[in-house]
Amino acid sequence: MTLDALPLNTRARITAVDWGQLAPEEATRLQALGIDAGAEVAIAHRGVFSGGDPIALEIGRMTVALRRAHASAMEVEALTA
Amino acid sequence: MSTKRVAALVGNPNSGKSALFNALTGARQKIANYPGVTVERKAGRLVLPSGEPVELIDLPGSYGFDATSPDEEVTRKVVFGEFPGEARPEVLVVVIDASNIEQHLVFAQEVLELGRPTVVALNMIDLAERDGLVLDAKALEQALGVPVIETVAVRRRGLAELTQAIAEAEARAESDPNDHRQPHLTLPERRLAANNIAKGAILSETAKHKLHARVDKVLLHTWLGPPILFALLFVIFQAVFAWATPFADGLEAGVGWLSAQSVALIPPGFVQDLIVQGVLAGVGSVVVFLPQIVILFAFILVMEATGYMARAAFIMDRLMAYVGLSGRSFIPLLSSFACAIPGIMATRSISDPKDRLTTILIAPLMTCSARLPVYAVIIAAFIPSTTLSGGIGLQGLVLFALYVAGIVGAMAAALVLRRSVTKGAASGFIMELPKYQLPRLSDLLIGLWQRAWVFLRRAGTIIFTVTVVLWLLLSFPKAAPGEDQVDASFAGQMANGLAVVVAPIGFDRDMALALIPAMAAREVAVSSLATTYAVASDDEEQTALALGDQLAARWTLPMALAFLAWFVFAPQCLSTIAVARRETNGWKWPLFMLGYLFAMAYIAAGVTFWSALALGL
Repeated sequence: MTLDALPLNTRARITAVDWGQLAPEEATRLQALGIDAGAEVAIAHRGVFSGGDPIALEIGRMTVALRRAHASAMEVEALTA
Repeated sequence: MSTKRVAALVGNPNSGKSALFNALTGARQKIANYPGVTVERKAGRLVLPSGEPVELIDLPGSYGFDATSPDEEVTRKVVFGEFPGEARPEVLVVVIDASNIEQHLVFAQEVLELGRPTVVALNMIDLAERDGLVLDAKALEQALGVPVIETVAVRRRGLAELTQAIAEAEARAESDPNDHRQPHLTLPERRLAANNIAKGAILSETAKHKLHARVDKVLLHTWLGPPILFALLFVIFQAVFAWATPFADGLEAGVGWLSAQSVALIPPGFVQDLIVQGVLAGVGSVVVFLPQIVILFAFILVMEATGYMARAAFIMDRLMAYVGLSGRSFIPLLSSFACAIPGIMATRSISDPKDRLTTILIAPLMTCSARLPVYAVIIAAFIPSTTLSGGIGLQGLVLFALYVAGIVGAMAAALVLRRSVTKGAASGFIMELPKYQLPRLSDLLIGLWQRAWVFLRRAGTIIFTVTVVLWLLLSFPKAAPGEDQVDASFAGQMANGLAVVVAPIGFDRDMALALIPAMAAREVAVSSLATTYAVASDDEEQTALALGDQLAARWTLPMALAFLAWFVFAPQCLSTIAVARRETNGWKWPLFMLGYLFAMAYIAAGVTFWSALALGL
C-alpha cells in the first residue's frame, strides 16, 4: 500500500520511498523533515478537493503538509496498535 | 578595542528564533537585505552583563547546511564566514523547539560538529510542558557538551541566563580562537543520534491530547476548515473598512486643519499654493489610508504568529493547484491585498522558481491598499449609496466586485502563464504546520511599526516628490487671461499626447493627466486629480468643492467605471516594479509584467466603457 491510500488516523511505517518519482529539492526537503524509510507516520487531515489533497501527515511531534503525489511515492505498512 | 563582535541565532524554521531575537534585542533592530541576494538580514544589539554590546544576527531558519533555498544558503555562508562583508559570528546560539526536540536536534548536531563556541537555547519549554513533555536540560547539556538554557521567549523566561551563557562563550572564543571540529555524520546517523539524545533527555511524557491536534480537528476539518477560513477572510475585509473609518476621518480632519492653518498663517502666493494645493492636497489624500493598511497587516501578522497562516495555505493549496500554483503562494497573495511589495518579498519562501515567478507576476493584481483611495473616491462620487434587498449596500457591492475582478484576473493570468512563459513541472507543496501559539503583543507591534513606517516613508518621499513636481508642471507656464490653466501648463500639454492613446477607452484629458504621475504610485491618481482640479478652479468657492463633487460634475458614469476597471489591472507602482526587478534579478520579468498588465488594463477599461455606453448608463 502507498501512503496516499492509508486511511485517516492509522499508524503506519514507511518501508520504502521511490525518490526517483520526486524532484530532487522535494526529496531533500522531505528527508530534512524526517520523512524517509523507517519513519512512523499517520494521516491526520486531508483536503476537500481532488480525492483528499493535500495531506497533513503526523510524523514524530510534527505535522507536515504534503501532496498526494508525494505520498504515492512512499510504500507503507500499517502498524497494529 | 577589538573589531565588532557578532553572535548568531541559528535553528530550524518554527523554532521560535525570531521571537527570541525580539526578546533579546527589543526594538533595537536593523532590518536590511544581504547584499546581492534577496534575503532579509536582521541584526540587533545585545548588551552582555558586563555592559559590553555584541551584534546579534537572526539567521534564516534552516533544516541543514546542505539545503537548497536561497535563505538556507545565506545561513550556511554566514556561519562558515564565507559571506562577503559579513563577519564570521564568534558565538553560535542554536535555538531548539523543546516540543519538537528530536527533529531540531538533527540540525543542532550539524552546528555542533563545527566545534565553535556554541550555546543551545531550549526554547518554548512551556509548550512542551503543555503537551505533557518534561525535559532534563542538564542531561541534554551533558549529551551535547555545550551549555543548554531553557527559554520561553514570549514570556521572557531564561533571557538573563542565555545572555550570561553567550557572554561566557564570547570569553571562550577570545581565549581559544581555534575550531575543534568533530567527525562529520551523515543525515541518517545524525537522526539516529538525535533520537537517542532526546530519549535520554525526556524525563517523562504523558500521552495528552495535544492542543494543536484538537484545534486542527476543527480548523483543518475537511468540511469545516474552508468555511472557517472564508468567514475569517470576510471578517478581515469588513474590519479593514469599518474599523479604519474613525481613524481615517480623524487624519482627514487633521489634514484639513493644517490646510486652514497654512492659509491663515502663510501669505497668499507661491508658497501658500505649493503647500495647500501641492503638498497637503496630495500627500494628505494618501496618508489617510494608513489605518486600513495597519489593520490588514495586524490580521496578517496575527495569522502568522499564531500558526494559522500555514493552515490557510493547507486549505487553499488545492484551489491554487488548479491554476498551477501551491498553497505557499497564498501567503504572499494575501499580503498583497495590503501591499504588493511585502507580498512579492514573501515569495522567497516558495522554493520552486517557476512557482515563485508566477506568484510575483500576479501579485500586483491583488487589490492593494493603494487602490483604495482611487476606488473610494470614485465609488463615492458615482455610485448611489442605496441599499439593495438583504441590507447589502450598492457601494460595498461595487467595491467587492472590483476585488473579485482582481482575484479572477490573477487566477486567469496564473493559468495562462503556467502554460506558457512560466511552464514547468507541477509544483509541489511541502510545509511544516507549526504548533499554535499565543502571539506576544510587543512582537506584533514591532512588526506593525516596521510596515507602517515603510508606507509613511513612501508617502514622505515618492508621493511627496511626485505631487510637488506635478503641481509645478500644472502651475507653469501661467495661463494668459481667459485661457484655462491646465491647458496652458506643461502637464496639460503632455497629457494631450497621452489622451489620444486613451481616448478609445473613454478617458479624457484630465484622466490621462492623472495616469502619468500615478505611475509612481496608484494613490497619486487621487492627489493628482485633486491638484489638477484645485489648479483648474479659478474661484475660491470651486476649489472648496470636494474632489468627489468635482468628479461627478466633470465625468460621466461610463468614464468613471472605465477608470475603475483600468486600476484593477494597471501596474502603476514604481516600488512594485523596483521590487520585482530586485527579486527576479533583472529587467526582463518586470518589463513583461508591465506589458501584460497594461494590456489587460486597456482591454478591461475599453470593454467596460463601451458596454456601459451600450447599456445606456
